[in-house]
Amino acid sequence: MSFRSVTLGLAVATLMGGATLPATAQDSIYVPLFTYRTGPFAGSGMHIADGMHDYLEMLNQRDGGIGGVKLVIEECETGYDTKKGVECYEAVKGKNPVIVNPWSTGITLPLIPRAAVDKIPILSMAYGLSASARGDIFPWVFNPPSTYWDGMSMIIKYIGDKEGGLDKLKGKKIGFLHLDASFGKEPIPLLEELSKELGFEVKLYPVAAQDMQNQSSQWLSVRRDRPDYMIMWGWGSMNGGAIKEAVRSGYPMDKFLSVWWPGEDDARSGGAGAKGFKMLNWHGVGTTYPALQDIMKNVVDKGLSKASKEKVGELLYNRGVYNSLLIAEAIANAQKLTGKKVVTGEDVRRGMETIKLDPARLKALGLEGFADEIALSCVDHNGHRPAFMQEWDGSKWVKISDPIAPMGDRVRAQLEAAAKDYAEKNAGWPKRAEACDKAS
Amino acid sequence: MDILYKAFVEPFLFMSEAPDLLLQTLWEGLVSGVLYALIALGFVLIFKASGVFNFAQGIMVVFAALTLVGLYEKGVPALLALLLTAGVMLLLAIAVERIVLRPLVNQPDIILFMATFGLTYFLVGLGELVFGGSPKEMIADALYLPQGTTELTLLGGPVRFQHLDIAAAVIASIIIAALAVFFSRTRIGRALRAVADSHKAALSVGISLNQIWVIVWFAAGIVALVAGIMWGARSGVSFSLQIIALKALPVLILGGFTSVPGAIIGGLIVGVGEKVGEFYWGPLVGGGIDTWLAYVIALLFLLYRPQGLFGERIIERI
Repeated sequence: MSFRSVTLGLAVATLMGGATLPATAQDSIYVPLFTYRTGPFAGSGMHIADGMHDYLEMLNQRDGGIGGVKLVIEECETGYDTKKGVECYEAVKGKNPVIVNPWSTGITLPLIPRAAVDKIPILSMAYGLSASARGDIFPWVFNPPSTYWDGMSMIIKYIGDKEGGLDKLKGKKIGFLHLDASFGKEPIPLLEELSKELGFEVKLYPVAAQDMQNQSSQWLSVRRDRPDYMIMWGWGSMNGGAIKEAVRSGYPMDKFLSVWWPGEDDARSGGAGAKGFKMLNWHGVGTTYPALQDIMKNVVDKGLSKASKEKVGELLYNRGVYNSLLIAEAIANAQKLTGKKVVTGEDVRRGMETIKLDPARLKALGLEGFADEIALSCVDHNGHRPAFMQEWDGSKWVKISDPIAPMGDRVRAQLEAAAKDYAEKNAGWPKRAEACDKAS
Repeated sequence: MDILYKAFVEPFLFMSEAPDLLLQTLWEGLVSGVLYALIALGFVLIFKASGVFNFAQGIMVVFAALTLVGLYEKGVPALLALLLTAGVMLLLAIAVERIVLRPLVNQPDIILFMATFGLTYFLVGLGELVFGGSPKEMIADALYLPQGTTELTLLGGPVRFQHLDIAAAVIASIIIAALAVFFSRTRIGRALRAVADSHKAALSVGISLNQIWVIVWFAAGIVALVAGIMWGARSGVSFSLQIIALKALPVLILGGFTSVPGAIIGGLIVGVGEKVGEFYWGPLVGGGIDTWLAYVIALLFLLYRPQGLFGERIIERI
């Protein structure tokens, strides 16, 4: 057999095999996962992807899916690239997905106007457009449990507490190191508003994607400006790069705080000097929860996970688990609301609006104490839940604060203005026509 | 008037008021410049010998660093892992010559350039398949690279020198000196220069093009390995390191695509220029000018000296 005929045979076999790849059968629910296991953001994205996949796969293995219906889980690699993310969306939308998770603020933004047209809800968990928390204006977008503006207000509140009150922030200088992209810029309007109101000065340090591992310029500027506190909004290798540079430049680590995206790998990369680095978080780490044990037993031990065993239970892995917990709960709610087993995107949107994860429900799901309770409604698609501050002790995260509630009054006013502004700028933005369920 | 003051007076006043910070900025710029120069050197070596702009140089830096760390994680002692990684880069050079370059001899330069695009994506895929996408820590301790900081009071203020940065500057200088000697004093080096001048003339005096290509790709692989170790030790080893290679483009435009000293001088100009620019003039425009300043400098050079500082002036008869 010639080389050419073998190659041709392999190509035909691949094409035929492709035809039998997971399809959206009538008796299954299709859940696409937008992930990035390649590129500069893979260091963060792959752990999230593993957590998301493994929780849903555990439901398939342990319970036969949700409500007896198997989940068809399919990953689409976006590389954290907006263009590829939109391509993923176009590729999956014909397969009747019940929800999409863009896992990038940049990808979320162009999908927002499409969601209502295609009847596919978007779950941008704790990222994306903060204003999309307003369910009355964005009925197809959900961003629980907190917006970036909530997160920023929590960090400012925490700093205020350390200084002896928000009024003590007057005259202070706060540096904001952020990825120079939609995600990193999202909390700037609130930060600037708070700086005017509370009298602190803001110094912005944007980091371009190509300089995520080359931040010496930004940290030289930090040395010039001498901010009293540094706040970071980073993702991928930017987080580890920033922690390393902070250690190198001798910035006091106990004054370096971040939103909820750094992981253990990022903190470890700073070595012993990273001790004292702080970040917000809202869920548990580790594998002691029964649901995590079930993942180990039904997915990891069976070789169905792409995660290595030691990564299961780490912060970003569990973040992915939380994301899939929301998806699964929305599907289960949709089944209850409609009486159907095989639900659609429209049903799952209603399921999202009726999410109520109280301590009893979390316990029933094997996640007692994993996260704070949350309830969404047709008006509130976020929950605006508190988060706590945790600190890197050199080898693991240690919780160092009680839950910090966001500055609700300040954030709400900004959200309302931003949501209205979005609707006005996007001519013809539809008024909500979707009815609210009784339970929401 | 205020903007003119901020642009033309304030930065210089600040320089004179805080000379320690100026010194720190210059030092950081020099270290970055040396590291940019290392990456640019890899491009220059291959361009000199084959006229190919090797788009894969950035991923070669990542691939070499990942191989080194990957072997170490498998239990191979660090120095042996270093030798084995050099061996892998030799195998890569042979494979590139056999599979990519040899079949494309006499094809237009753009075809060879596109082939290096393909090579880039192949190496990205291979790297992710073998080593995974997680960022890794460079084995700086095991390679006896110095760690820690020395803080000296100079010009009235504290100036911090990372031991790793000092080592990077010294090692890069040694590599550059070794390459300069290799090119000018050895038989292979002279053959390589002959190939760079004219493929046909080199062939007519019995120089093997294939052998020369393997040698330059291997030399570029070794330079990539050193650059990977140094950048990796500073900021970790991950696929985002390959984007830093884009900074080599303005370096090459400044220094000339065919000049080793040009790569070094160009690297230093870009490194110091972007740090000083960002530090003193960045606040004027909200920061972040270091991402594009190097390209603006390169553009100005292109307008007035397209062959770069040390590049060969190309005169073609029409």
